[in-house]
Amino acid sequence: MSVISQERIPNNVDLASDKRLQRALEAWQPSFIQWWKDMGPHGFQEDQVYLRTAISVEPDGWAHFDYVKMPVYRWGIFLADQVPDRRIGFGDLMGEPVWQQVPGEHRNALRRLIVTQGDTEPASVEQQRLLGRTCPSLYDLRNLFQVNVEEGRHLWAMVYLLHSYFGRDGREEAEEMLHRRSGDQNKPRILGAFNEPCTDWLSFFMFTYFTDRDGKYQLLALAESAFDPLSRTTRFMLTEEAHHMFVGETGVMRVVERTAQMMKEQKKDHPDDLRKLGLVDLPTVQRYLNLWYSVSLDLFGGEISSNAASSFAAGLKGRAQEDRYEDHRALTGTYAVPRFQNGALVTEDVPMRNAMNEVVRDAYIEDCQRGVDKWNRAIAAHGIPFELRLPSRRFHRAVGVHAGQHFDPEGNPVSAEAWQASQDAWLPSAADRAHVQGLMREPVMEPGKMASWIAAPKQGIKGRPVDFEYVRPRQA
Amino acid sequence: MAGHDLPETPVRFETHPERYRHWRLDLPAEHGGKVARLTLDIEEAGGLRAPDAPGGYTLKLNSYDLSVDIELADALQRIRFEHPEVRALLVTSGKERIFCSGANIYMLGTSSHGFKVNFCKYTNETRMGLEELSAEGGVPSLAALNGTASGGGYELAVTCDEIVLAEDGSSVVSLPECPLLAVLPGTGGLTRLVDKRKVRRDLADVFSTVAEGIRGKRAVEWGVIDEAPPRARFDEAVKRRLEAMVARSSRRPFRPVKLGPLGAERTEKGCRYRYVTLEVDAAARQATLTVEAPTGAEPETPGALAEAGDGAWAIRAFRELDDALLELRFNHPTVAVVALRTRGSAEAVLKVDRMLAAHAQDGLVREVVLQMRRVLKRLDLTAKSFYALVEPGSCFAGSLLELALAADRVYMKDAAGEPVSVALSPMNAGPLVMPNGLTRLQSRFLATPEKVGQVLALPGPLDTAAAVEAGLVTFAPDDLDWDDEVRLAFEERASLSPDAMTGMEASLRFGGPETMETKIFGRLTAWQNWIFQRPNAVGERGALTLYGKPERPHFDWRRC
Repeated sequence: MSVISQERIPNNVDLASDKRLQRALEAWQPSFIQWWKDMGPHGFQEDQVYLRTAISVEPDGWAHFDYVKMPVYRWGIFLADQVPDRRIGFGDLMGEPVWQQVPGEHRNALRRLIVTQGDTEPASVEQQRLLGRTCPSLYDLRNLFQVNVEEGRHLWAMVYLLHSYFGRDGREEAEEMLHRRSGDQNKPRILGAFNEPCTDWLSFFMFTYFTDRDGKYQLLALAESAFDPLSRTTRFMLTEEAHHMFVGETGVMRVVERTAQMMKEQKKDHPDDLRKLGLVDLPTVQRYLNLWYSVSLDLFGGEISSNAASSFAAGLKGRAQEDRYEDHRALTGTYAVPRFQNGALVTEDVPMRNAMNEVVRDAYIEDCQRGVDKWNRAIAAHGIPFELRLPSRRFHRAVGVHAGQHFDPEGNPVSAEAWQASQDAWLPSAADRAHVQGLMREPVMEPGKMASWIAAPKQGIKGRPVDFEYVRPRQA
Repeated sequence: MAGHDLPETPVRFETHPERYRHWRLDLPAEHGGKVARLTLDIEEAGGLRAPDAPGGYTLKLNSYDLSVDIELADALQRIRFEHPEVRALLVTSGKERIFCSGANIYMLGTSSHGFKVNFCKYTNETRMGLEELSAEGGVPSLAALNGTASGGGYELAVTCDEIVLAEDGSSVVSLPECPLLAVLPGTGGLTRLVDKRKVRRDLADVFSTVAEGIRGKRAVEWGVIDEAPPRARFDEAVKRRLEAMVARSSRRPFRPVKLGPLGAERTEKGCRYRYVTLEVDAAARQATLTVEAPTGAEPETPGALAEAGDGAWAIRAFRELDDALLELRFNHPTVAVVALRTRGSAEAVLKVDRMLAAHAQDGLVREVVLQMRRVLKRLDLTAKSFYALVEPGSCFAGSLLELALAADRVYMKDAAGEPVSVALSPMNAGPLVMPNGLTRLQSRFLATPEKVGQVLALPGPLDTAAAVEAGLVTFAPDDLDWDDEVRLAFEERASLSPDAMTGMEASLRFGGPETMETKIFGRLTAWQNWIFQRPNAVGERGALTLYGKPERPHFDWRRC
């Protein structure tokens, strides 16, 4: 059977009669599988994993559960249903019908947006490829793989757009996405956060909470696009992205739950004592949070951006949940953004369109806070006087006006020397990493069993019990 | 200043000596019919915008507008094809004591910027054609100034090989544009002063800033004209010079070819000729220009060519293309990108090319090839983006391959199973030079001049792979990608700034050496285009705006 068939590639884009897409996928699909084997989850390619597969966009079709070996996972191509008579909802062309084809005028800008989004998908798979070896439970192992195959599908979603609407350039870009490698100095992934190593499970949970949440906001912004196929593709991706953030939110939650519970039971609060008990102490959790939150903030781009303004004006990329705003043209308003003037930080009102990155970043920050509040309620429920906090947006930034400066987590400027001296108190130190990785030496592969540093989940997947055999090792 | 795009009705470029309002073309008996006399006698109310129309003007003092140049261009065409016996050209005036006072200032002052530039470009092309008639067609020319020649009037004179001015104590030659109107002489006058007549630069500087001009004696001393006999000896001097020109003419005789009307069907959406079709999509700011190959038997000898006359493909198709290009420039100013297509038998085109190449020395063949050359130059100089589309059924071969080589990009379909090809002929090897004096192949391969010969030596038609390999193709999308790639490319181009595209294309099309021609057109698109936009000329208190009004112009004194 050809690799390019309705059966192998579930889709609702009429692949069967789209010769151009078939031709493109015939060349790309084998490269993708090879990439998956080379760079996908290491050591588990032959195992049977209880995974969700999208086989149609119907309510019962997009979440089909079964055991599957990952290399034969049916990565599909799905667009959310077309909205009849959809109109452009923002920018200069507001009110005009959306585009079913790429307008030549915006081809390069749209391709750039899609490639940048698409590149993050395989990047995160690469970042996480060794995590399976240190999983805290079969339940978590399965969740990791679910996230991985769906990031793979998100890559397919972006590749579908490149193949269908961007001709030869699009095919070349799709191929390039399989050649860049996370963290590779010669061919790094496009965005910084996707080159950060993600070598332990605390990082994985932080990544899925904070960095995938950036993904959510980018997808929401692209879902507003006047280019309808992009909008429909990203709307469907958002249904999957929710699970990834669930993995992150509950993952961090279970770590702090376990630590708080043990702190209460053992009546200990010194990090060294907690570490001896095989736990992640809360200050270490805070430092991991500081790192992943700050690198994720960078992903929104500079505070004042002409690119963001022109994307908005042209209707290529809106604000996340554009309908929450009143003024969709955003021509007259201003937005207060931070700026350095003569060495001092001031606030400047800039035209709204130029501040779009900051507008979306603000919504993201608000959204991030919700999970942190939940974690803090869990800690408080155990009577532990400790609060996790989102650091200031100025802290540890590599993009925007705060890049190249030093700030403490409260946002106060500090000298380079002070930064050096305090860095280990604010960001994961070598010792923190050594401790966290030390906790995760061996995978926990017995159904229902949890590693020492994490609480069991409240429930299993798709009504299955927590001790369900979510991953069946290959038959010897 | 928006200005008039002129006139409300579209501009038409076809005319005939019987309908001229501004020129008389005759072959006076005193020269034995060997001299064509063009007498400028402009009908004051005969311009494209009538005096009582909005933005209307009166063509006083033998001042011209586009309608005058359309007739001049037509007259030159008639001399080329219908009067092979002509061996010299006399340009003179039918008005007392005035030769020509140049382009009408009120017409310029009330015209849109785009129209002004296109007008200047067209007048320049006409004048280049006059010079070509001498240099390549063997018909030297004499400007007989029976009175003052100012501005464009002197520029017309200076395109002739020799200038004689009747010295009457008051007649002058002048280029008053800079001091009077704060613009440049728009028809190559400055360039020709120093490049053609080789007037010393400091004297040229003085000449170009003296609004009232200079009289005969000094003009001769400075080399601005050749001779300034007293009025009484003027006719004699003219006759003497014409006789010498007739004697040295290298024109070869041939049977005259009458140029009939093109009979185009014209609508708002374009025009349809016998071999050429122009289709305009105004909303998309795109157009398609299709040239068809010969469909029947074409003449195989120069004699048969003369017999076939203006129905011969080699004459007719290029006349039509010329008219279509002017149609595009003047009547579809907002069209940004033009698809160049061809249709029909490549072999039929190559056969015509072979005949033309084999008889290059024949007088008529020479005119036919020169016309091809002028039309292709007109394409080079048109401020539109051109993308050639080489598809199955197209015939980009030889002289028609020049269309693709003139284009800003070439898209060639890579279609499995469908034959697509381009082909070369001797017409790509020399006769159809660009304004820079190089062939389009030479201009294409500036970095690798040896490639010109290699490509010309390639046997047979080139399929897509071979054409890509030869460096003749920009992109070769396959059949699945073709439609989308082409659509996107056109849409993308149409979205870019028209000014930036005009400047960019003019910069990229003419690599290699400068010639007087590239200088004139380059400076027109750069300097004049800029000056025509500046407040010092066209602002509310600019010199061009205030010309003829009591108020004095007001300048922004900062030099830049």
